[in-house]
Amino acid sequence: MWSFHRWFERHSLILLIGILVVVSIGGLVQITPLFFIESTIERVEGVRPYTPLELAGRQIYIREGCYVCHSQMIRPLRDEVERYGHYSLAAESMYDHPFQWGSKRSGPDLARVGGRYSDEWHRAHLEDPRAVVPESVMPPYAFLARKPLDLAQMGEHLRVNRVLRVPYTDAQLVNAAADARAQAEPLGEDAYDFSKRYPTADIRDFDGDPRRVTEMDALIAYLQMLGTGVDFEAFQAEAPDNQR
Amino acid sequence: MTKRERDHVSGTETTGHEWDGLRELDTPLPRWWLHVFYATIAIAIVYWILMPAWPIGNGYTKGVLGWSDRANVARDLQALEAGRAAMFQRFATATAADIANDPALQEFARAAGESVFGDNCRTCHGAGGAGAPGYPVLADDVWIWGGSIADIEHTLRVGIRSDHPQARMSAMPAFGRDRLLTSQEIGDVTEFVISISSANARLNADANAASRGATVYAQQCALCHGGAGAGDRTLGAPSLRDDVWLYGASRDEIRRQVELGRGGVMPAWEQRFDAGTLRALAYYVHDLGGGEPDATPPQASPAEAAPVQQSALR
Repeated sequence: MWSFHRWFERHSLILLIGILVVVSIGGLVQITPLFFIESTIERVEGVRPYTPLELAGRQIYIREGCYVCHSQMIRPLRDEVERYGHYSLAAESMYDHPFQWGSKRSGPDLARVGGRYSDEWHRAHLEDPRAVVPESVMPPYAFLARKPLDLAQMGEHLRVNRVLRVPYTDAQLVNAAADARAQAEPLGEDAYDFSKRYPTADIRDFDGDPRRVTEMDALIAYLQMLGTGVDFEAFQAEAPDNQR
Repeated sequence: MTKRERDHVSGTETTGHEWDGLRELDTPLPRWWLHVFYATIAIAIVYWILMPAWPIGNGYTKGVLGWSDRANVARDLQALEAGRAAMFQRFATATAADIANDPALQEFARAAGESVFGDNCRTCHGAGGAGAPGYPVLADDVWIWGGSIADIEHTLRVGIRSDHPQARMSAMPAFGRDRLLTSQEIGDVTEFVISISSANARLNADANAASRGATVYAQQCALCHGGAGAGDRTLGAPSLRDDVWLYGASRDEIRRQVELGRGGVMPAWEQRFDAGTLRALAYYVHDLGGGEPDATPPQASPAEAAPVQQSALR
């Protein structure tokens, strides 16, 4: 046995290969089974890919560093569930690239903020957080309402997500820019086509400015759908199959 | 070459290697360190046995203790619900009179309501229901949709202009933005509205403009707000006679509301809270200062009779 040791110690290439083998055993044992074991893959009804407008809102969320202060994961702990709602399921982040779970909460968790406040509140709050929450330390994001949303790259954003296994169809890819606009224009001519492609998405003028589609539209559309996908009346988290 | 010998100075064995006359001591690891190391290995094995650990086949080793975060949180919540259940059950069936006669029920409603209000309502309606422009004050006795416990509870359930199918709906036309009235007419009707409200003492309506505005008011506004401006709670049309203005109390702000016809959205909370929590919250809001007596006591529906179990993880 010790003569093997000598062999490893005296040939750096063999030592290197040996290290790689040992380290990869650790990785393979820990990581690989997770891709194949049924119980780690939870199938949940209701989670859908982001619409182009929501995806653009998500990019703004990341660009502006919202994740630095806001988490998007409700832990399975009593007090968290009491305050924020049902704990987050892995499936709810299945189309997140990258996920926004986070671990720092200077602001509240946003995993289920969707539908909790009105669009108008979000507008007022993003423009001047202290106008509605006097003790807030959040910086204002009023410029989002003045900045038209860049629709030129919409199709590319979807394409990159499709490479990452988000199931966008060809039609969704081709119409990405039109769909982004359509979701913010309830009376627009593309609204019908949009609702065909994204049946469960809300169509509203999110930023209260019907003349154009701004970054505010995108961010509020994103915030208003967070955590709203899964129907927790139907999903049985306590079922034995779902215990983990 | 590998001749292990004892070092004279330290009394420790050498490794037996020698490089240009230099030899290396083979000092053993401290005993305590070795024991800690072996103990961690032993603890790891015990841990594998007790807790979920290894992936196997199509599942994983569940461990003797059967630990599950999901089961734990469900149990914690059930314990919490069970502790509150008795009170919430009483709440779900309590009438306004019952609450009025039961200090324990009131105290519970204030505590539960305050907690739920703080997490969910305060963001818009302000601490203690102090309100903000566009978000009604809940601590005064002015109500748009009604201020009895039953009315408040209904508003909580279905929301206002929310996506609930039975949401309270009202829509004031944007008389200015949508060109329904001319700028002159809007100015006149603003003066008329000021003249019939108690804001007149403060803003001194222009009598001529107000008399011209009376005609416009009768045609455009009286249907919902009433001929004398008393408002209509069944339509969600606020009274114009008091000096409480949702979107601002200055002459310009009142005029702006005629131009834009703004209306806020309140989410529906029926899906988020169980019946007991909703009633406790309604009582809390009712208790903030301006609650009105109930016309008809709220009745417990069959759905409310067993609200506590199903709400555990909502």
